[in-house]
Amino acid sequence: MGTEAYSGGAPRNPAFAESGRESIVPHMKILVIEDDLEAAAYMTKAFREAGIVADHASDGESGLFMASENAYDVMVIDRMLPRRDGLSVISELRKRSVNTPVLILSALGQVDDRVTGLRAGGDDYLPKPYAFSELLARVEVLGRRKGAPEQEMMYRVGDLELDRLSHEVRRSGKEIILQPREFRLLEYLMKNAGQVVTRTMLLEHVWDYHFDPQTNVIDVHVSRLRSKIEKDFDKPLLKTIRGAGYMIKDEG
Amino acid sequence: MSRFRLMFRSTAVRLSALYILLFALCAAFLVVYVTAMSERILAQQVRDSLTREIVDINNVYDRGGAAGLLRMLERRARQPGANLYVIAGPTGELLAGNVASVEPGVLDREGWTSLPFRYEPYSENGPPRPHFATANVLLLDNGLRVMVGRDLGEPGRFRYIVRQALMVALAIMGAGALVIWFGIGRNALKRIDRMSAATTKIMAGDLSQRLPVGLSGDEFDRLSESLNAMLERIEKLNEGLKQVSDNIAHDLKTPLTRLRNKAADALAMDREDARKVALEGIIGESDQLIRTFNALLMISRVEAGSIAAEMSPVDLSAISADSAELYEPVAEEAGLTLVTAIDPDITVQGNRELIGQAIFNLLDNAIKYACDNPVDPTIKVSLSRDADMVRLSVADHGPGVPPDMRAEVTKRFVRLDESRSKPGTGLGLSLVEAVLELHGGTLELSSTNGDAAPHPGLTVTMVFPVQKP
Repeated sequence: MGTEAYSGGAPRNPAFAESGRESIVPHMKILVIEDDLEAAAYMTKAFREAGIVADHASDGESGLFMASENAYDVMVIDRMLPRRDGLSVISELRKRSVNTPVLILSALGQVDDRVTGLRAGGDDYLPKPYAFSELLARVEVLGRRKGAPEQEMMYRVGDLELDRLSHEVRRSGKEIILQPREFRLLEYLMKNAGQVVTRTMLLEHVWDYHFDPQTNVIDVHVSRLRSKIEKDFDKPLLKTIRGAGYMIKDEG
Repeated sequence: MSRFRLMFRSTAVRLSALYILLFALCAAFLVVYVTAMSERILAQQVRDSLTREIVDINNVYDRGGAAGLLRMLERRARQPGANLYVIAGPTGELLAGNVASVEPGVLDREGWTSLPFRYEPYSENGPPRPHFATANVLLLDNGLRVMVGRDLGEPGRFRYIVRQALMVALAIMGAGALVIWFGIGRNALKRIDRMSAATTKIMAGDLSQRLPVGLSGDEFDRLSESLNAMLERIEKLNEGLKQVSDNIAHDLKTPLTRLRNKAADALAMDREDARKVALEGIIGESDQLIRTFNALLMISRVEAGSIAAEMSPVDLSAISADSAELYEPVAEEAGLTLVTAIDPDITVQGNRELIGQAIFNLLDNAIKYACDNPVDPTIKVSLSRDADMVRLSVADHGPGVPPDMRAEVTKRFVRLDESRSKPGTGLGLSLVEAVLELHGGTLELSSTNGDAAPHPGLTVTMVFPVQKP
């Protein structure tokens, strides 16, 4: 209830329409298990507009069936579902060695809920109400995870290089000195290069706090980082996606 | 009938009845006791005087014989208020004396009569009336018996006196009961009636009513005072609740109205790019609303203690340093300097996320309000521990919070800045306080530079109890 007001209520969300973002991850196919039909309709429509094919199941049992019959890149599962609750769907899937990344949606939205959700085998957790841009960004990051450059020791975006071992950052061969936290910020952005990373995601992965930063704290850190990696260079790399977050990308 | 029953239900009447009963018992006991005692003393005196006479009689008889004895007794019997004298023959017939008849058998035994016996005195007018007497009987060697006795009055007279005394006592007690009834019933119970009248009004919804308090400071006044204090608290809570709902109405209605207007504007726009900007504004507005709702929800959940299970050791030193590091560039952007005095290795049992959010809120506030002081634009984050307290404080040199408003600013949606010119939900300190309550701590607000300073500043301190192992 009420989610439709927040979760991409607009048929075409200007937040990502503006960035011309269509299908950052090509041909991604996801499953949405959500019993609120209205919210699910908005969600699948909004995903489709972002170039993501979204199937929908309205209860736990049919969701479990669809998840084991088809190959999805990501699943979005509501915690409270009729016939079989979300967490049990996830643990059942994991038991059947279905390791599709799962994002848990929850109206409970509290710290301990997050912990139990992730323990049950979820990969990410988003409390309601959420902005659709947040959901989209997280789904895309999860979809990328399969081929994620987790083992890569060197991230590259255009002429920007980040060495994860030596903690060195170079652009066009010129070394850029970063504070440890700035390094981690850049590392996370580059790991998800070409994808939108929200402020909440940054606070989660760089500072390890799981709540919505109420003010512009993250923006200030990002703009500091930006000035360091872009100051002496012509080409901007770090883009601000209005209403959503940030993306590092080589525009070619 | 019902009126009588009602009256008996009143405490005054019951108390009076109880007092009367108690007094009556006391009085009866007193009367009986006093009469018994005086009787004993009197009896002792009578015995003493009679014993002396017996000695006299013996002496006279020894010297003057029966004739001398007769003369002496005649003389003594004529004296006013004389004792009773009897000389009887060996068979018990009365020979001489000032007594008309004696209960048979009394004269047969020598010595003291064990109980009062009946006799009839001579009477000048009318038939003789029986009296009680006590006596000592002496058997002379010639067979004559001499009895010396003392009149104890008519039978029933003693009882009459006792009854009289009791009546007087009961009359006094009745008067006393009336006085008590007036004292308690008319006065004290009227006060209780006044109290119930006031309570009725309060129950009808007028929370500003107070119970009457007298000047005496007695139990009733103390009761009224504590009830009044309770009412004060209830009224405050009630007002707080009203304030919260008013503020919710205001703080949610304003952005909703703005949202609606912006949406209407966007709808009316012809140019695509202008509409895009307008819609972005709408999203920003909605995000702010969602934040407000989230914050409200969070506070309620924290206050309900539903996340108390998630407690674990939290490195406060690390969180403080992290938060300071996170906010340092923000402060710099606002023209402020963030300094720290963080003692190492301070740990409390708690929820890292919540404590983190609380510190973020404090830093947000400090940065928001401290930039008004150009002289000392610093914000200081301090963390220290003593024997039983861990104190984490954020101090700024901004306009501060007047002492009388310090209790107010932690309430939901209360913002000193009436115009709402600074961004914010008005929920920041409410959440901090709720988080501290969950951790068994307290929130302290004080001025950084003293209340009288031109820039008093605000120091917000989160006080955590130290867990004893």
